[in-house]
Amino acid sequence: MNLPGTQDYLAALPEIVVATLACIVLLIDLWSNDRERLLTWLATQFTLLVGIVLIIVQLSTDVTYAFAGTYVKDILSDVLKLFIFIGAGVAFLYMREYLRIHNEMKGEYFTLGLFAVLGMMVLASASHMITLYLGLELLSLSLYALVAMRRDSAQSAEAAMKYFMLGAIASGMLLYGMSMIYGATGSLDLREVADAVAQARSDDLILIFGLVFIVAGIAFKLGAVPFHMWAPDVYQGAPTAVTLFLATVPKLAAFAMLMRLLVDGLGPLHDQWQGMLIILAVLSMAIGNLVAIAQENIRRMLAYSTISHVGFLLLGVLSGTDQGYAAALFYTVVYMIMGLGAFGVLVMLGRAGFEADRLSDIKGLNQRSPWLAGVMLVMMFSMAGVPPFLGFWAKFAVLQEVVAVGLVWLAVAAVVFSIIGAFYYLRIVKLIYFDEAEEQAPIRGSSPMRVMVSSNGLVVLLFGLFPAPLLGICIAVFTRIELVIG
Amino acid sequence: MIVLSDYLILAAILFALSVAGIFINRKNVLILLMCIELMLLAVNINFVAFSHFLNDIAGQVFVFFILTVAAAEAAIGLAILVVLFRNRRTINVEDLGSLKG
Repeated sequence: MNLPGTQDYLAALPEIVVATLACIVLLIDLWSNDRERLLTWLATQFTLLVGIVLIIVQLSTDVTYAFAGTYVKDILSDVLKLFIFIGAGVAFLYMREYLRIHNEMKGEYFTLGLFAVLGMMVLASASHMITLYLGLELLSLSLYALVAMRRDSAQSAEAAMKYFMLGAIASGMLLYGMSMIYGATGSLDLREVADAVAQARSDDLILIFGLVFIVAGIAFKLGAVPFHMWAPDVYQGAPTAVTLFLATVPKLAAFAMLMRLLVDGLGPLHDQWQGMLIILAVLSMAIGNLVAIAQENIRRMLAYSTISHVGFLLLGVLSGTDQGYAAALFYTVVYMIMGLGAFGVLVMLGRAGFEADRLSDIKGLNQRSPWLAGVMLVMMFSMAGVPPFLGFWAKFAVLQEVVAVGLVWLAVAAVVFSIIGAFYYLRIVKLIYFDEAEEQAPIRGSSPMRVMVSSNGLVVLLFGLFPAPLLGICIAVFTRIELVIG
Repeated sequence: MIVLSDYLILAAILFALSVAGIFINRKNVLILLMCIELMLLAVNINFVAFSHFLNDIAGQVFVFFILTVAAAEAAIGLAILVVLFRNRRTINVEDLGSLKG
């Protein structure tokens, strides 16, 4: 048994530093008398910045296994962590604005957020089932607490309870699946699992049994139909600041979990899990888009919209090719950017004690703030997949890969459902531009918030016009992995 | 002689009981928490059994991690329960229906 050496600690340096700094942020918050929690917030953003620098300094296509093969640092984990840091940084900025507007500035929002980020990092670098489970739980437990942060709200408490229950069931399912895989392969190390699975007969019942539970567990965490019940309630019940965080950044972690478990660990079982993912994807796109039409609450509508986006994400993964994984990663990142923008606008519309989340609250937004209306327009068009916005390229990339593996019917179904989905996105655009404003309160917002929401909209537009850099990063991640292995 | 499959059947029964408990129980949230605990313990039986019969220590190490995380999870679950009870004055599952659509 080798004790961990310098190499191991160096590989995991970003996690170690973020964990240390997160604890320091906790202490800073404890002794800070500042009602605005500026220092806590700055320290949080500083932590993310340090993380970004550490990742970029160590960025390489080498695959390094550390801590006796429980931890892996490869280009996929590096790029995922970079996007997680950037997404979390933007989310924390919106979160601060929300807390300022609603007079409930608490440092715990940021420290819990940081621990959730740490959980996502561990998840992105997991190459052992124990690591994966610990990362997942660190993320989930932080999110449960975040949802319940507004202690005097019955709605938040109910949402947190539902989230906790279904999340715990999902963890239980995932663990049961892991125990079956462990029994069938004799190892918890995902590399050894992959070797053993490749040797096993493809109709090994224990393996398939375990796989079903693992896919169900992942689907719960992703919020794919039929395991989506928690998403709308949590999105609606949690404070918008928390919703915008948990709706966007953790999807990257869920993608990491898909890649690590299904592709790295159970890759040889692709034929089996492809069928399961097809069912999940079709159901998610159908239910997500159809039920979203009936929603009166924007956050609930966005929850169903997320469910349909998860369906699209699964399309990329189920293709089982490196290009497909790259398209899925691209879709996840694009979804994160769009989700942050849409929730950012909702945050700006709110007032103290009032969440602007009913459809009638955004009526005539164009009369109140043409610029904000423009940003929302860009987000909605992008989510609907209208060119030249970013969302179009994401959908295009995924569909291309699905067609490339011969699942044309699936691509056709996806297009049909996204056309149905366009209805509710365009309804928002109609409400913003063609309806009379019921609400006349002026829209304020600090200047950092205005700048960030505007640049969020511009990013969607600019990357929509020039998608090559972002798509290029995603493709490079997977083609380089192949080069290293091959 | 107790063989591997005996342990697996026991774990499967416990797991099924916990899932059934979660979905059939419409009364008390505390019982849901117990069911979740039972679910994790069923998984632990699986891991220990496999670990013993495979002569591999990793499974038992995993069990320790699961037990620890389960404790943290129970702490958060009970904390949320307290918040819920303060706001609602009830922990009846059927009353958790204000968020719908």
